[in-house]
Amino acid sequence: MFDLDLWREIFQSINKNRTRSLLSGFTVAFAILLFTILFGIANGLNNTFTEAFVDDATNSIFIRSGLTTKAHKGLQAGRRIQFKNEDYDYIKEEFDEKVQYITSRIYRNVNATFRNEQNSYTVRAVHPDHQFLEKTKVYEGRYINQLDLDNKTKVVVIGRLVDEDLFLKTTALGKYINLSGLQYKVIGVFSDDGGDNEERLIYMPITTAQQIYGNNDYVDQINLTYNPKMNYDQALAFSSLLSKKLKDRFNVAKSDQRAVRVHNLASESKGIETMTSGLGVIILVIGFGTLIAGIVGVSNIMIFIVKERTKEIGIRKALGAQPKAIVSIILLESVLITAIAGYVGLLAGMGLLEFISPSLEEYFITNPSVSTSLVIGATITLIVAGAIAGYLPAKKASRIKPIVALRDK
Amino acid sequence: MLKIEDLHKSYPIGNSSLHVLKGINLKVEDGEMVAIMGSSGSGKSTLLNIIGILDEFDEGVYELDGVPIKNLTEKKAAIYRNKFLGFIFQSFNLINYKNALENVALPLYYQGMKRKQRQEEAMFHLGKVGLKEWAHHLPNELSGGQKQRVAIARALAANPKLLLADEPTGALDTGTSYEIMEFIQQLNDEGKTILIVTHEEDIANMCKRIIRLRDGVIMEDTFVNQVRTKQNV
Repeated sequence: MFDLDLWREIFQSINKNRTRSLLSGFTVAFAILLFTILFGIANGLNNTFTEAFVDDATNSIFIRSGLTTKAHKGLQAGRRIQFKNEDYDYIKEEFDEKVQYITSRIYRNVNATFRNEQNSYTVRAVHPDHQFLEKTKVYEGRYINQLDLDNKTKVVVIGRLVDEDLFLKTTALGKYINLSGLQYKVIGVFSDDGGDNEERLIYMPITTAQQIYGNNDYVDQINLTYNPKMNYDQALAFSSLLSKKLKDRFNVAKSDQRAVRVHNLASESKGIETMTSGLGVIILVIGFGTLIAGIVGVSNIMIFIVKERTKEIGIRKALGAQPKAIVSIILLESVLITAIAGYVGLLAGMGLLEFISPSLEEYFITNPSVSTSLVIGATITLIVAGAIAGYLPAKKASRIKPIVALRDK
Repeated sequence: MLKIEDLHKSYPIGNSSLHVLKGINLKVEDGEMVAIMGSSGSGKSTLLNIIGILDEFDEGVYELDGVPIKNLTEKKAAIYRNKFLGFIFQSFNLINYKNALENVALPLYYQGMKRKQRQEEAMFHLGKVGLKEWAHHLPNELSGGQKQRVAIARALAANPKLLLADEPTGALDTGTSYEIMEFIQQLNDEGKTILIVTHEEDIANMCKRIIRLRDGVIMEDTFVNQVRTKQNV
């Protein structure tokens, strides 16, 4: 039931009262604009937090060793705890179900040379699972595999920046790189979201490193990810059990904080999650407040419009306008203004966010944006609320006695 | 056409109430031209508003064209106003952001007439009041007399049975007043029933019947010899 004449009346009224319409529209547009910007900035903060932790899998557990600080079972303090391959195997067997990926790590600093270029880098000797733990993205060639470990092949996977530094314009893949005097074949090149330092690493099979650097089965660090099916509490329980078992295994006192260190990322990511959800609540409160301000604005405008048009309403009623006609002309006019203004505010807000987004990055606000559905939802809410807020004044207007309205000179 | 019996109306003022109409009895036949006179506060405007279904009354009987007017819903009242009545006000009461043609077409819009037909009809009535070439002007571009003529065209547009005029010449100079009255007389000649509230004797004498109100009762109800405006000008 599209009434062309009714809309013609409404457009005429808006057009002939441009200042009023603009002013009322401005209130709504401003509310939506603020809403968009606030939400966008909050989302940007959120993005920053999330991004800070994308480097490593959030279900990671890092196990490091150090010197004992307490005497235990007749053993002196100050004893060095050294992980070996057997500890890796032990964890893998003992906690088979609970472990998703597991890898050992050995660090070595090397001097890398290719033709005339040379630089120093850190080598990480690892198991194949390491790729998933560290979210390493191999974009050329392949990662280290089990066959490399079995054969102790002298192969490396180099970071994007190593490739850039040493290989300049030639392709690194398949070439031989000299690491502190030994030649290794480059089998892959990777990138990493963790930043430049992560991309200056060289990965090597752990068995190769153990044979070359010391001919032993020592391991510097063991990293693993727990089964993602575990919830937060189960994950914490798992890491403390792991800690306890390892301490028993190395005859370390339970209270010794240095000898065996099990660090669960879950506890950190839990903190971040709490913070993010706290931020979400603040965002909701702010957004809600802005919307309410907009609604109040709309109601005020509606009351003002009815007041201003009392006489006109009286004339219309004297000429035979039915209450229904009065309600619809006032309500539709305000809904129309609200909808258009809301849309303008939305576009302006999104445009502004897009525009200022680069300059906000130094304030820990990454990619501030608002999902379109959210803002459209907000606009619809505003229109509906505006209609509800406007309905009472419009209804009141329709009840105005023409005689009272006409007397109002 | 119009029958009023023992009509009472009072307005509440604070705790007490002001008894404005104290038992009005009135009969108006088709084709009459009646002036309602009285000093301010006599209740003449209240009576006109009740006749125009712009206001409600407390007691009595009011029949318009055989239809009893009492306890109407807003919707019914709107329909009756649209169908039976045409209004002419002292302050014209044109809608200022609509041009003359749109103002005249408004009652037709509320009758649900199609836009094209509405505009033709409105143009016809504007032509009748001699303002065809002013059709697309806004009210503030018109003189007082022209505004009142637009208002008359608007009152006529819905082809009402009864034309109600509340001090139609109150805001006009004498010359223009007589022009307007001449036009109203012409309408009456064509058979329209007309009720005019006025406090000016010369305007009242241009009608065929004068009803004098004082303190809410009819003091005098006389048929007079109509003064034709042509003789005055």
